[in-house]
Amino acid sequence: MPANTLKDHKAEQRIVGTRVWLSLFFMVVLVFVLIARLFYLQVLRYDEMSTQSEENRVLLQTIPPVRGLIYDTHGKLLAMNRSSRSLTIVRERAGDLDQLIENISTLVPVTDNERRRFDQRLRRRRPYEPIPLKFNLNDEQIATIAVNQFRLPGVEIDADLVRYYPEGCIFSHSVGYVGRINDRELRTLDPALYSGTHVTGKIGLEKYYESILLGKPGYQEVETNARGRVLRVLNQVPSEPGKDLELYLDTELQKVAIEALDGRRGAIVAMDPKTGGVLAMVSNPSFDPNLFVTGIDYETFNGLNKNIERPLYNRATLGEYPPASTIKPVVGLALLANGIVDKNTRIYDQGWFQLPGSEHRFRNWKRRGDGWVNLPKAIFRSNDTFFYNQAGKLGIDRMHDFLSQFGLGRRTGIDIGEERPGLLPSREWKRGVYGQPWYPGETVIAIIGQGYNLATPLQLAEFTTILANRGKHVQPRLVKEDMPDIQSPDWGHDVDVSDEDWDLIIDSMEDVIKNPRGTAHWRIGRDLKYRIAGKTGTAQVVSIPQGEEYDAEQLKEFERDHSLFVAFAPIEDPQIAISVIVENDKGAANVAKTIMDHYLLPRLNPSLTNGLSVDEALKAKVRN
Amino acid sequence: MAEQDFVRQLNDDHGFTQTRGWSETFHIDFLLVGLLMILCCAGLLILYSASGKDMGVVIRQSLYMLVGFVGMGVIAQLSPRMLMRFSPWMYAGGVVLLLAVLFMGIQSKGAQRWIQLPFIRFQPSEIIKLIMPIVVAAYLANRPLPPSFRDIAVTLTIIGVPVILIAKQPDLGTSLLIGSSGAFVLLLAGLRKRLIFSAIMLAIPAVFVFWQFLMRDYQKQRVLTFLNPESDPWGAGWNIIQSKIAIGSGGLYGKGWLQGTQSHLDFLPESHTDFIIAVLAEEMGLVGCLMLLAIYALIIGRGFFITLKAQTLFGRLLAGSITLTFFVYIFVNIGMVSGLLPVVGVPLPFVSRGGTSLVTLMAGFGMLMSVHTHKTFHHRMR
Repeated sequence: MPANTLKDHKAEQRIVGTRVWLSLFFMVVLVFVLIARLFYLQVLRYDEMSTQSEENRVLLQTIPPVRGLIYDTHGKLLAMNRSSRSLTIVRERAGDLDQLIENISTLVPVTDNERRRFDQRLRRRRPYEPIPLKFNLNDEQIATIAVNQFRLPGVEIDADLVRYYPEGCIFSHSVGYVGRINDRELRTLDPALYSGTHVTGKIGLEKYYESILLGKPGYQEVETNARGRVLRVLNQVPSEPGKDLELYLDTELQKVAIEALDGRRGAIVAMDPKTGGVLAMVSNPSFDPNLFVTGIDYETFNGLNKNIERPLYNRATLGEYPPASTIKPVVGLALLANGIVDKNTRIYDQGWFQLPGSEHRFRNWKRRGDGWVNLPKAIFRSNDTFFYNQAGKLGIDRMHDFLSQFGLGRRTGIDIGEERPGLLPSREWKRGVYGQPWYPGETVIAIIGQGYNLATPLQLAEFTTILANRGKHVQPRLVKEDMPDIQSPDWGHDVDVSDEDWDLIIDSMEDVIKNPRGTAHWRIGRDLKYRIAGKTGTAQVVSIPQGEEYDAEQLKEFERDHSLFVAFAPIEDPQIAISVIVENDKGAANVAKTIMDHYLLPRLNPSLTNGLSVDEALKAKVRN
Repeated sequence: MAEQDFVRQLNDDHGFTQTRGWSETFHIDFLLVGLLMILCCAGLLILYSASGKDMGVVIRQSLYMLVGFVGMGVIAQLSPRMLMRFSPWMYAGGVVLLLAVLFMGIQSKGAQRWIQLPFIRFQPSEIIKLIMPIVVAAYLANRPLPPSFRDIAVTLTIIGVPVILIAKQPDLGTSLLIGSSGAFVLLLAGLRKRLIFSAIMLAIPAVFVFWQFLMRDYQKQRVLTFLNPESDPWGAGWNIIQSKIAIGSGGLYGKGWLQGTQSHLDFLPESHTDFIIAVLAEEMGLVGCLMLLAIYALIIGRGFFITLKAQTLFGRLLAGSITLTFFVYIFVNIGMVSGLLPVVGVPLPFVSRGGTSLVTLMAGFGMLMSVHTHKTFHHRMR
């Protein structure tokens, strides 16, 4: 090697030696950097780091409370919590997700929809959190997964309590349903109370009594590993289950009522006049609330929401219909109480009424007229002309003031959130909405419950209850016990009318059914086993042009008149007050009669229940 | 016989040893062996805790240590002259193996680092770790110092080829270690300060090229995460955040052996491999860390002693490079675990779990001993 001969070994050793000492110096510096770093973390930031370490280790876990149950009046469960098993995947441990789901689908079916929803959840959750793929596994599926667990890494079966409505669509509008908390609710709900709870009441009692049903979550301090797996429970505060609700609703009666509607659109409210308890509340057609609990898919929801028959819509409290002739008894009371008519006042009805100085004819429903008509006849014949004649004397102001005592035009305050106030027109109302004065002709149509008048079936039931109680107001409600946290408004005042006037009106209402000329006699008035007071009504859906004949056949189905009926029975001791509306069809009275028969006959004839009280008999039936 | 006398005389002249002792006979540096044994015992204690009291892991690791000590002894028997003579062949073989990895290696966890032979699977990059300082030292030892530009260029090529091949696998930690072990030889050989300065200037565009063309996304992610670990606290930042918590919560005296919650409750990932120092820091505190650093310091001190006492230029360059590389292991590992440096896969010598790097390190120390005990080499060459 020629280069070698030229090498100055001493000098070279010196160079290397210098460099070694130099690097040693740098190393010492770097080691001090390391030591400084360790000192910084372990001494200067010790407090902070040990706190974080403790937080890492101890996790505060929520124990979700068990949601309160809902029972009908006889102790039958209307809303319960069912244990549901779901298949979840922990992504961190799953390996190839597509392959894993492929493997799962050979054991239990995985629909495209489930897969899509899983992918959506996947994006939001942490890798160590179990993400549900399938809900509501049956025993066989659980067993299949368990047997194959070894080749399904990251797959777990989770148990969860899921709301279940065993009666399906029977009570969907009154009991309502729970659903997953959405973004808007997330902002308003108390996060402390809802930690660990994924659902909240969406409509009906489930929403109105949410704070009662929810309960209080408990907490446990657990030692976890980094994956959140609980290794040890350190401390525990148990959760408080939500309170149960007992309703006035009667499942049997509700089913009878739905059956009586025979598939027609309509609403029914039956109340106990003594308590105000709602015995049945029907809005037909209905839907299965269980669809909403674990999340309804878009197609199904759209199908329900866009359905022309509007199954999601609670007709009983949201449906605003012209009350039509059903308010005639109340109007009659107003005429009596204001001294405008007495039992002897009569008019001659030739089939129509004209305001002085006007050509317009307000027609009676029976175009040929009813001849001489007094107030009782005006009620049992449902004569319009009689009332037209009194309109000017009563006036809109007095009519409005008197009728509002019966709950028309304002919410009843029932313990369901979804309620509309209906409309009881007044001078002020018209000026406010239309900026126009009130015209006398409007009083003429308002007095027979048409025109601007609107009422919900619940309001019809409420004023019928007040009639049944001869003025005593009771608050319509579904839940038997008063709930301290829930303040339901109570606007009701008893109506002060003389006994004589009450007798006259109620007798007239009895004649609606009993008198052979009564408007409901031929439908339900024969072979009566108890005394019924009632009133029919026919609500126009489209107004019939002046001078044209009404022909149901010519009108499209949705333009036909609604049939209304309100009633209470037995007259001497009212036990049930009822309002029925059948949309675009006839026969509301028959529906009411069927329900009253079912409710009253066993109560009036104890031999049918082996001497037990009806309540006892029905409770015994539920228990079996 | 005569030759041996001659040797002894020369030794006497240099005043290194009066007599030919145990150390020379067996080519073993007993002080170094003693220090390494202490380190191994400490390592096993930490590993036992970090692995969650898994005796199996500890036994496997001690078997590797045994293999490592034996390998160290065997390599120590090879004279530096032999290493020097065969270094070009070893280098060529190593590069061929790396190319083989690139084209027919086994993939695992996104990296292609292994070669499968009928009965064994191994990482050629580990072999390069040993070859690199030898070949660079051998090349420079035969040239006048300080090295000329041409020599520097050749040396950088020698270093660059395997470094790029390994970075391609990708294995950033190893290519870094190998690159620096070669660079250290160059530095020790008296690279001019002006050149070091311009190298640093060159490094800036080089970093850009590296970032743009050679680094994989996950590696870039690591660097970005290192700069701001809180940006991805549930993903790549998790390790850094958790290991800092582990270290910091250890405090001055630690939570006690086997008492660390961060590691035992699985908050600290890779707690028994690259991040094992966090376990020591959590359980033994600053005091424990300083004690470990002290053992390392003694080993490094011994390495430099050997470097300074080496009789040949080759020996000095090799020993110095091995010692410095050993230091880089420690500094990079502790630096990355404590959040000073980005996370690159560098194990903590003799403590982290894993047989390969252990055996390689031991082999390196074997070469160090060979340099120290084959003291006649320089004179024989004359």
